[in-house]
Amino acid sequence: MGSGSMRVLQATAGMIVLAVIWQILSMTLPPFLFPPVPEIFKRTVEILITGSLLIDVLLTGGRIFVGLFGAFFIGAVIALVMARSKTLENFVSPVLTFFQGIPALSWVVFAIIWFQGTEFRIAFIMIMTTLPAFTFQILDAIRSMSKDLFEMTMSFRPSRWTLFRFLIVPTIVPGILTAWKVNLGNAARVVVVAELVGATGGVGYELLRQQQLFDMAGAMAWTLQLVLFVLVVQQTINAIEAWALSYRPVSERSI
Amino acid sequence: MNTAADPVIRFTEVSKTFPRTDGKDVFTAVDKLSFEIAKGEIVAVLGKTGCGKSTMFNIVAGLIEPSEGQARVVGHNPFSEFDFFRGKIGIVFQNDRLMPWRTALENVMLGLQVLNADPKQALETARGWLARLGLSGHENDYPHALSGGMRQRVSIARAFAVNPDILLCDEPFSALDEMTARDLRAEFVKLVRQNNKTAVFITHQIGEAMDIGDRVMVFHRPARIAYEARLSSETGEAERTKVRDDIMKVLSVDQATA
Ligand SMILES: Nc1ncnc2c1ncn2[C@@H]1O[C@H](COP(=O)(O)OP(=O)(O)O)[C@@H](O)[C@H]1O
Ligand SMILES: [Mg+2]
Repeated sequence: MGSGSMRVLQATAGMIVLAVIWQILSMTLPPFLFPPVPEIFKRTVEILITGSLLIDVLLTGGRIFVGLFGAFFIGAVIALVMARSKTLENFVSPVLTFFQGIPALSWVVFAIIWFQGTEFRIAFIMIMTTLPAFTFQILDAIRSMSKDLFEMTMSFRPSRWTLFRFLIVPTIVPGILTAWKVNLGNAARVVVVAELVGATGGVGYELLRQQQLFDMAGAMAWTLQLVLFVLVVQQTINAIEAWALSYRPVSERSI
Repeated sequence: MNTAADPVIRFTEVSKTFPRTDGKDVFTAVDKLSFEIAKGEIVAVLGKTGCGKSTMFNIVAGLIEPSEGQARVVGHNPFSEFDFFRGKIGIVFQNDRLMPWRTALENVMLGLQVLNADPKQALETARGWLARLGLSGHENDYPHALSGGMRQRVSIARAFAVNPDILLCDEPFSALDEMTARDLRAEFVKLVRQNNKTAVFITHQIGEAMDIGDRVMVFHRPARIAYEARLSSETGEAERTKVRDDIMKVLSVDQATA
């Protein structure tokens, strides 16, 4: 067996065990608590092939991206400013830490009280919940820059923009990709809470409906949409990572 | 205006202190150091580890600022006049400091890209320098795939590629085996002479300093000049031996007080 198919087998084995346990439970417990696996599978595929339902998934995906890109760009600017000035770092850092302690649900309440417009409220909630972690991660990535390479580059006396392109960007790329992967998972969990602000579409809205209908198979199917979405984006980031960091030497030994 | 007679590098009573970790006192790394280096000279700076050679080097390179005194390179302040020195100083560090995400060729091109050189031209120049340093065929290798000597060669190519008037080297060959170091030393001196550069070469090895320098400056700790000698290809064996003995004497005094 090739190492590729071996990896796929390892990756799916855990999921198969989980599905088998669920199926056994569904045979002994009432189906409205544990619907059979084929039923969940059918409902999941149904969402994917029904245009009006797929729109909800894409809508939620879009909201995740708006939040992540927003937090990334704002976080990058804040992190660059913090990296350049110790004073500003001392000033901003506690505020970000304070924000980090605020639950997503509190942001939902604030957004409803402060703002009009569902999409704006959701974007606000998504950005506020992911911004602190993103900023700290980008700052860490900048800090990881080697003093040796920095001084070497400075000895050529580049403009700020050249320094940014030639040294800072390649230095922070690994950290940023990791930050994206971490924040993607967080954002996917926050987005369904954010959609409680009155969204009339999206995975969060659909989940709420399944609860009202007491439809466990539907709830599972919608949850799986989000999981699948995260998986697909995660794999895309992995592919970008493999390409961007291909210069790195790989040891023949593992840890 | 800078005339031919003006020194390329001039230190006037330069001191550099660093705050101690306890914050109460300061540590003096360079102490009222004065010297001049003329155009076309190759000056070897010799001294024990920790005597402040790198600190002096970093001041010339404009990476740090003197605490007191004046450091001038072609009449300008290397620390504050950041843009003025673009393309004028080439540096070879102790470790190669290659960017791991760039190939050998791309590393050599770094300085040319900073200077906004025409990409085609930059590629040609970089290729040429790699070839001169015996690295043809390794253009597209990443640093991790090169040996220590090859990496250091790439970093020499990177410094020469921008065609700077001044070259600074901080113990560039100390991590290499003696055979490789000797080859690179000879190559370095040849390149500096052929291109009529001014060079400051820091080392802690007496042999290396005497091989390379037209002039050897021996530093005490903290950095100030303890001894100076001029050498040339005409300097006889007897005189070389005397210079070597004198340097040994100066360095051993330093050890007693260190
Ligand atoms: N940034 C710094 N902060 C504090 N002390 C320093 C710093 N840089 C150098 N020193 C001290 O200054 C002295 C001279 O260092 P250095 O110039 O690197 O010596 P050399 O290159 O001759 O070995 C050393 O004792 C070193 O510990
Ligand atoms: Mg040193």
